[in-house]
Amino acid sequence: MKILVAVKRVVDYNVKVRPNSDSSDVELANVKMSVNPFCEIAVEEAVRLKEKGIATEIIAVTIGTVQSQEQLRTCLALGADRAILVETDIPVEPLAVAKCLKAVYEEEQPDIVLMGKQAIDGDNNQTGQMLASMLGCAQGTFASEVSVEEGSIAVTREIDGGLQTLSLKLPAVITTDLRLNEPRYASLPNIMKAKQKPLATRSAEELGVDVSPRTQLLGVELPAQRQAGIKVNDVAQLVDKLKNEAKVIS
Amino acid sequence: MSILVIAEHNNQQLNPATLSALAAAVELGGDIDLMVAGSGCQAAIDQASQIACITKVIAADHSACEHFLAENIAPLIADNASGYTHILAAATTTAKNIMPRVAALLDVQAISDISAVISENTFKRPIYAGNLIATVQSNDAVKVITVRATAFDAVEATGGSATVETLESVNDMGISSFASEQLAESDRPELTAASIVVSGGRGMASGDNFDLLYRIADKLGAAVGASRAAVDAEFVPNDMQVGQTGKIVAPDLYIAVGISGAIQHLAGMKESKVIVAINKDEEAPIFSIADYGLVADLFTALPELESKL
Repeated sequence: MKILVAVKRVVDYNVKVRPNSDSSDVELANVKMSVNPFCEIAVEEAVRLKEKGIATEIIAVTIGTVQSQEQLRTCLALGADRAILVETDIPVEPLAVAKCLKAVYEEEQPDIVLMGKQAIDGDNNQTGQMLASMLGCAQGTFASEVSVEEGSIAVTREIDGGLQTLSLKLPAVITTDLRLNEPRYASLPNIMKAKQKPLATRSAEELGVDVSPRTQLLGVELPAQRQAGIKVNDVAQLVDKLKNEAKVIS
Repeated sequence: MSILVIAEHNNQQLNPATLSALAAAVELGGDIDLMVAGSGCQAAIDQASQIACITKVIAADHSACEHFLAENIAPLIADNASGYTHILAAATTTAKNIMPRVAALLDVQAISDISAVISENTFKRPIYAGNLIATVQSNDAVKVITVRATAFDAVEATGGSATVETLESVNDMGISSFASEQLAESDRPELTAASIVVSGGRGMASGDNFDLLYRIADKLGAAVGASRAAVDAEFVPNDMQVGQTGKIVAPDLYIAVGISGAIQHLAGMKESKVIVAINKDEEAPIFSIADYGLVADLFTALPELESKL
């Protein structure tokens, strides 16, 4: 069984992001970049499926600038067998990413496509669903547990009301939620080995995909800041304030 | 302009978040139709037809819609999208699952989780876990949008009598099926609809200790939530998680207990009207956004709070 894992290069989750000088976009100069944390969970799940003998080959793919090779090397160090960069020089939207992934899917014919449920930059939560739609295949979004069976996959999903388990025909697209697994760290020997693993570069044009944007970012601002209030001395004062000042309890 | 809103419901009742999605539609202006797709969902259809701001209910009552599987619902929406300039739904897990699939069928770039309507094609939405707000303009002919329910005041649920149009053609695509579900059962209000929310974090130390919060919640008629840390530690189930990747809440009163205040959590509750933080660490970031902070050991403060309510 072949698994395609799609990942995204994003601002590291520890970085405090801010608008750039003219508030036209997020400040990305000299900012640490990493693999999107949800995508790391997807890579980990693929590696575990290989360790269980279910998956035979893991292909990591990303759509982005040439710098995204760094994140693909990380995936190779974590256990992917080879990687594909679909190079673009402009920021790509989920619809365009899904179209590029569809083109890669058609060449590679994987049984399962894994990716994070959302990237922590745009927080769109769209790409997996869009890819499944374009492929006409099933989708298991926000997965907290997956179990591969003969020709199908059982996916437990985190939904507003609790958990829901679906049975999906393969091929299927799975997007990962936080509690699916805890990703491992890449070991130094594996980081060294990853440098030798194959990394192919393609372009969106070559794949016949139009990635021109459909939306325009008009600006980025900081949200309205909340002011810190007061410290109360004890529970009695807290209850008094809530009753008589804020008037939110009676 | 003509707007189609997709209702969220459980076949019996409309989810109040739908009334907030309708409020965003009212801000856009134009005719609004509401689609109710489900199975054995006549009660939800009846409820939908009473909403004053809509022109028409588009109903699909079919076994293929029973569990709101994206594979079956998305084509139903896309096939009936012609003539609409906007397709909206509240940003619940159901709609987040379905709407991008609709957008791909229509070949448009969806706009997720809008928090404000600027014009018919321009919207504000939180990015980077709510640390920044982006203003985005869509150049697609049809705008497929999910709406952050806490950012819009619900429209009136009654006072109307919309006509109901029934869709006969619904397909089961046969590629996905429902197996089982574990839904939280609680007599307490639903988290996203409650006017008071009491949440616990890692400081609660165990699932059993959440009883301290449940007792206070029951005195206040409140819902109980949790931070990601408390859910990851398996103190409580995932449906209680408040935060960027959990539920977004904006109650009149939010009481955060033993929660340090990671950005991820703040993104899910900082629009609350009044925020109370109880934490023994006076440096905890939660105090920087709390209206009332109490530096105290929660195991002594909570029983005392319960006794004083």
